[in-house]
Amino acid sequence: MSWIDKILPSGVRKDEAEQKRVNVPEGLWKKCIKCDAVLYWPDLDRNLEVCPKCDHHMRVGARRRLDIFLDEDGRQELFSDIEPIDRLKFKDKRKYRDRLTAAQKSTGERDALIAMQGRLHGLDLVTVAFEFNFHGGSMGYAVGEKFTRSATHALNNGLPLVCFAASGGARMQEALISLMQMAKTSAVLERLKLSGLPFISVMTDPIYGGVSASLALLGDVNVAEPDARAGFAGPNIIEQTIRQKLPKGFQRSEFLLEHGAIDMIVHRADMRDTLGRILSKLAGQEGSQEDITAPYSEPVE
Amino acid sequence: MNPNYLDFEQPIAELEGKIEELGNVGSDADLNLAEEIERLREKSKGLTEKIYADLSPWDIVRVARHPQRPYTLDYIEHVFTEFDELHGDRHFGDDKAIVGGVARLEGRPVMVIGQEKGRTVKDKVYRNFGMPKPEGYRKALRLMEMAERFKMPVITLIDTPGAYPGIDSEERGISEAIAQNLAVMSRLRTPIVCTVIGEGSSGGALGIGVGDHLAMLQYSTYFVISPEGCANIIWKSSEFAPQAASAMGVTSSTLEDLDIVDATIREPMGGAHRDPVEMARRVKAHLVEQVDRLCSVETDDMLEARYQRLMSYGN
Repeated sequence: MSWIDKILPSGVRKDEAEQKRVNVPEGLWKKCIKCDAVLYWPDLDRNLEVCPKCDHHMRVGARRRLDIFLDEDGRQELFSDIEPIDRLKFKDKRKYRDRLTAAQKSTGERDALIAMQGRLHGLDLVTVAFEFNFHGGSMGYAVGEKFTRSATHALNNGLPLVCFAASGGARMQEALISLMQMAKTSAVLERLKLSGLPFISVMTDPIYGGVSASLALLGDVNVAEPDARAGFAGPNIIEQTIRQKLPKGFQRSEFLLEHGAIDMIVHRADMRDTLGRILSKLAGQEGSQEDITAPYSEPVE
Repeated sequence: MNPNYLDFEQPIAELEGKIEELGNVGSDADLNLAEEIERLREKSKGLTEKIYADLSPWDIVRVARHPQRPYTLDYIEHVFTEFDELHGDRHFGDDKAIVGGVARLEGRPVMVIGQEKGRTVKDKVYRNFGMPKPEGYRKALRLMEMAERFKMPVITLIDTPGAYPGIDSEERGISEAIAQNLAVMSRLRTPIVCTVIGEGSSGGALGIGVGDHLAMLQYSTYFVISPEGCANIIWKSSEFAPQAASAMGVTSSTLEDLDIVDATIREPMGGAHRDPVEMARRVKAHLVEQVDRLCSVETDDMLEARYQRLMSYGN
């Protein structure tokens, strides 16, 4: 188990379920961690990595996320040269520097945030996505800096900003520098807000700690994928503090909606259309008389 | 073992105990003990200096959490005059873990906001051990926005083991409450002077910690996760907290090197709790200096400097 698995709340880990998957032949088949259905990868891929049997939204990488969200043409990656810095020369059992190198090697990314300028149904915008496989999507200097520069780029060019967050929180190995990225990202979002540019924050499973208590909850519109977990403190910390079991569905999307933290729960397959419709209105675009994209599928009786 | 002294301070406690004993017998004996007492006092002072000259980051964490360390209410009493406490977030309730109100700092009206841990067992429970819930951060926000309207500088005193990790905190949106404070404090059109007086734990501390100037008391501490929490994750045991404290750099000297903390306020010999009145005097001098400086700057320039400073974190 890697260190990031250890800091994650027990509910987020899913080790056992994850390990069961090992028994399924690599490549063509994948087992749904929720309903145990064995799924044919090309089908699952076509279904945007949502289980066709139980609708469980599996975790997707940052590049895949941006790929299924943005229009195909006109994409341009932003600030890809930002590198993490180990100012503290942090070392526990291993050097942080070595952990970074390993994460870079395994993910092919420099750090845990990818930023792109692109279009959504023709509307120009800036979109950022967290790569959870890089140190649990944790926010240190590089993530905070790239987020801030991307938001500033949106600000300078009059573009809306969309963020797909998936993060265990602030990155421990950069200590207080990580904490200060919360203040930094919140400050730039406040400037975006005051300049009348929309920011939509999409919670994808999971979001905790420093990312939750800063950029992820500051959207003009906060959206969550079904069954995603988002909260300040991890469930095990809360259980230890209050010494009682947590209610079912605690910190899940439905809980967040019920308690007023988010505006809506959006299925992955509807994400483009829903956010496209909202942003188009927030950006003051004239619309046609008819719906270009059907807001809801007709209820089938 | 004397509970008023930490383990590394026990040699001082023993000496102080001897001094007290001698003081008690001194009056009924022919012996003139004054000389001996004076000698021991000198020895105790030397010992304190020696011990405090070489504190590890973990020792400093423990001084920062010392049960006798001055808390927000002590500073309110000794630094400000005419403090009028204001209560409630106007939405849900009044959080006792955050104290706020209007006061005067050398005559100048200011808004004071700080986390309060509580001194006695009863106090601690009443103050929820200094762990604020969303309504605490929202009360702080309400008071800060009021300070902006009435052109009063904001003074924040940071001392918390963290925002409260509980079901009700999550239900009422602790993340959003903290995030909102970070956003608004970054552009509030009045000076904000932040001081870590004890324990600055993570987002719960930062929630009242964004401003124009950030100072730490010499033996206070500021971290993204408690050393015990960090040790639990990395070494799987909180016994490694001293190692974690060293690795994370939780003291003002390291944080000044990282350009996060602007200044360190020196503590009296043996820590703030050995002379709270002197400590308050130093804190007051610091606050007066910073508030005077910031009040002489054009608001737009002050805000631009604040913003650029936020943007520079980590560079």
